[in-house]
Amino acid sequence: MNQPVNQQIVISGVGGQGVLFITRILAEAAIRKNLKVFTSETHGMAQRGGTVLSHLKVGEFDSPLIRMGQADGLLALKAENVRQHSYFLKSKAWTVANRTARESAENLFSVDADGLAEKSGNPKSANLILLGFALKKIPNLFCTFDDVKDVIAEKFQGNGKMLEIMQLSVNRD
Amino acid sequence: MNQRQLMLGNEAIARGLAENGCAVATSYPGTPASEILSSVAALQKEHNMPMHVQWAVNEKIAFEIAYAAAISGLRACVSMKQVGLNVASDPLMSAAYMGTKGGFIVISADDPGPHSSQTEQDSRMMAMTAKIPVLDPDSPQQAKEMIGIACALSETFEIPVMLRPTTRVCHSRQDIETCQIRPNDRKADFQKNPARWAATPKFRYQLHSELDEKLAAIAGYEKTAPFRVNPEADADRAIVVSGVAAAHAREILKDMNLMWNHIPLYQVIQPFPLHAGFVTHLLNTYREILVIEETMPVIEMQIADRSKVRGRMSGAVPGVGELSPEIIEDMIRTFTGLPSVLSEPPAVGGRRPTLCAGCPHRASFFAIKKAAPKGIYTSDIGCYTLGLNLGAVDTVLCMGAAISQAAGFYHAYKNEEKKPDIVATMGDSTFFHAGIPALVDAVVQKVRFVLVILDNRTTAMTGGQPTPATGCGALGEELNTVDMEALVKGCGISFCKTGNPYQFTEFAALMKEAVKYARETGPAVVISRYPCLLDRSRKAEQAKKIQVMINENCDGCGYCIQHFECPALVPVEKEERTRIDSMLCTGCGVCIHVCPKHAIEEKN
Repeated sequence: MNQPVNQQIVISGVGGQGVLFITRILAEAAIRKNLKVFTSETHGMAQRGGTVLSHLKVGEFDSPLIRMGQADGLLALKAENVRQHSYFLKSKAWTVANRTARESAENLFSVDADGLAEKSGNPKSANLILLGFALKKIPNLFCTFDDVKDVIAEKFQGNGKMLEIMQLSVNRD
Repeated sequence: MNQRQLMLGNEAIARGLAENGCAVATSYPGTPASEILSSVAALQKEHNMPMHVQWAVNEKIAFEIAYAAAISGLRACVSMKQVGLNVASDPLMSAAYMGTKGGFIVISADDPGPHSSQTEQDSRMMAMTAKIPVLDPDSPQQAKEMIGIACALSETFEIPVMLRPTTRVCHSRQDIETCQIRPNDRKADFQKNPARWAATPKFRYQLHSELDEKLAAIAGYEKTAPFRVNPEADADRAIVVSGVAAAHAREILKDMNLMWNHIPLYQVIQPFPLHAGFVTHLLNTYREILVIEETMPVIEMQIADRSKVRGRMSGAVPGVGELSPEIIEDMIRTFTGLPSVLSEPPAVGGRRPTLCAGCPHRASFFAIKKAAPKGIYTSDIGCYTLGLNLGAVDTVLCMGAAISQAAGFYHAYKNEEKKPDIVATMGDSTFFHAGIPALVDAVVQKVRFVLVILDNRTTAMTGGQPTPATGCGALGEELNTVDMEALVKGCGISFCKTGNPYQFTEFAALMKEAVKYARETGPAVVISRYPCLLDRSRKAEQAKKIQVMINENCDGCGYCIQHFECPALVPVEKEERTRIDSMLCTGCGVCIHVCPKHAIEEKN
């Protein structure tokens, strides 16, 4: 019997960046792996250009929300979100952030996802680039790049363009 | 075949309706309830169910349509947000007396926080006032299960049943076990009974007595009884939880390790009427009882012995705001004699909500401020509430109040020598919802004001649901349309002109003309018409993009950012030139008219 997987991840950005979309991809990946999953989202007026925060909990949980100091990781689609939301993280947690040379934190990985997105001709795809980057950089994540590939193929009609974009940050290494 | 699917709480509720033979589902959109009806519509289409699914013009009308189906013996559901229930409270109070034949579910989604609402009101209190039972789900999965329970409860006692999810249930996703879809198999069969369905006061007295008898029986109904979460725990104090607070509390107690076995935890799924046997058990067994529920002390009030009960009324639970898991953890620690560990999240400001780049409302607001710079600006509920950021919104009360408050200001200033210009702004969906009676009243009372109907052809803030002018329904089916200009004129308005806010020069002139007319003559209406940029079905109606650039006249004074606040205009240090964020700019070109130094121009 494998060790139970319990992972809590905070995903944050601003309205229009596709925070909810990548949360959904990860949640679908959890279901494919037969894991229980909860997410919690921001809708309505708060979503209009304001800060958007989503919580993803994979494994044995009751509550849809992550408490302060409990998250295993933070995926920040805006550099400013690193400082704003790092209070959710437990010690030794990871952070993956969109271009953040100025921020410093433990276990911080960053990539200029906005720049790569613009160069690729899909300026609104920074979310997917950052997701691809996180999947390659973070060890022991509940799902792998290939799991997410399968989700995209099944749930989003095998959009090849999306997979290509997710690889962008990775090919660069 | 049962399988697990990722579902939003609202999708899970919709699934529950489809699995329980719901025949009529109605709603008016409002966060956090909006996705319930759109998900029912999607299921109806996918499974080709014989079902009537509709967006109604407001919550009262949605309620009455669904209720008539229910008293014809069909299962019916009306869904709305909590402030929508205020609008539907008139039929709610009466429907409780008359009861129902088919299962009738009233879903009212609350928003503790509040995240996207005017109030933190507790719909369970409305259920109490109406004297109907209410169920309080802790998760999407439980919300779905409660649809079946609510149908059975409603039909057993012939009474409307409320389901009260909160934002954290509506807008969580969870892996949900699905069951077989069960389309409606009943025939509508309305049995005339005027003493019940058209009861006069004498019969209402009788119906009220019967209602009390039903409630007493429901307070002993087994299927909705509270349950013990951790039967092994034994102590002289207990915790009672309900709704999403129950989910938080379970997880926290498990995390606190020993606590799981040391403090009895009870979950209430029907907060009203609270089961009578449960109240007796609690008071006979425990010295102290902590009640954790959102957002008002509904369960707490029904446990009558104040010396034993801790909650909002004793100060153990904060009186306002959402009960975050951190707050709940701290309350449990305090209650069990452990030291507090509560710390505030750091005060790093996030981004405030703002109108989208290129939003036609922004252009309308800028023209309004130009035409009546010292005016009083009454506004309403919708995306355009964010005109606040532009200094173009002074009041927001509730749906439809922009017009009646404008009238109120006009009457208030009646005896003053200097009368301010008054400009009301209201969206198209809000105008149909609650604006029409107010406009009739303003015409009759000769109120001198301008109403600007911000007509973006959709209900934008809640995700783009159709309005009566759209011509299609919840399923995308073709419907009739209502002509807004004819409607406004039919209310008795003589000055009714339509303009396009993107054609800014003409629109600004139209606003000035309307303000002058209102000053001298009487009420004026301007319909500012341009489709919401997020409405994919109206991309073809959008104007050609204009590429703008900042020229050497710019000295970085920040006027455009302060008065126009477009997210695509990027603030800079003083003396530098303002930048345009090409990723965000939609090319509406309205900012060209904003800079007093003509520093924004069209790129050739």
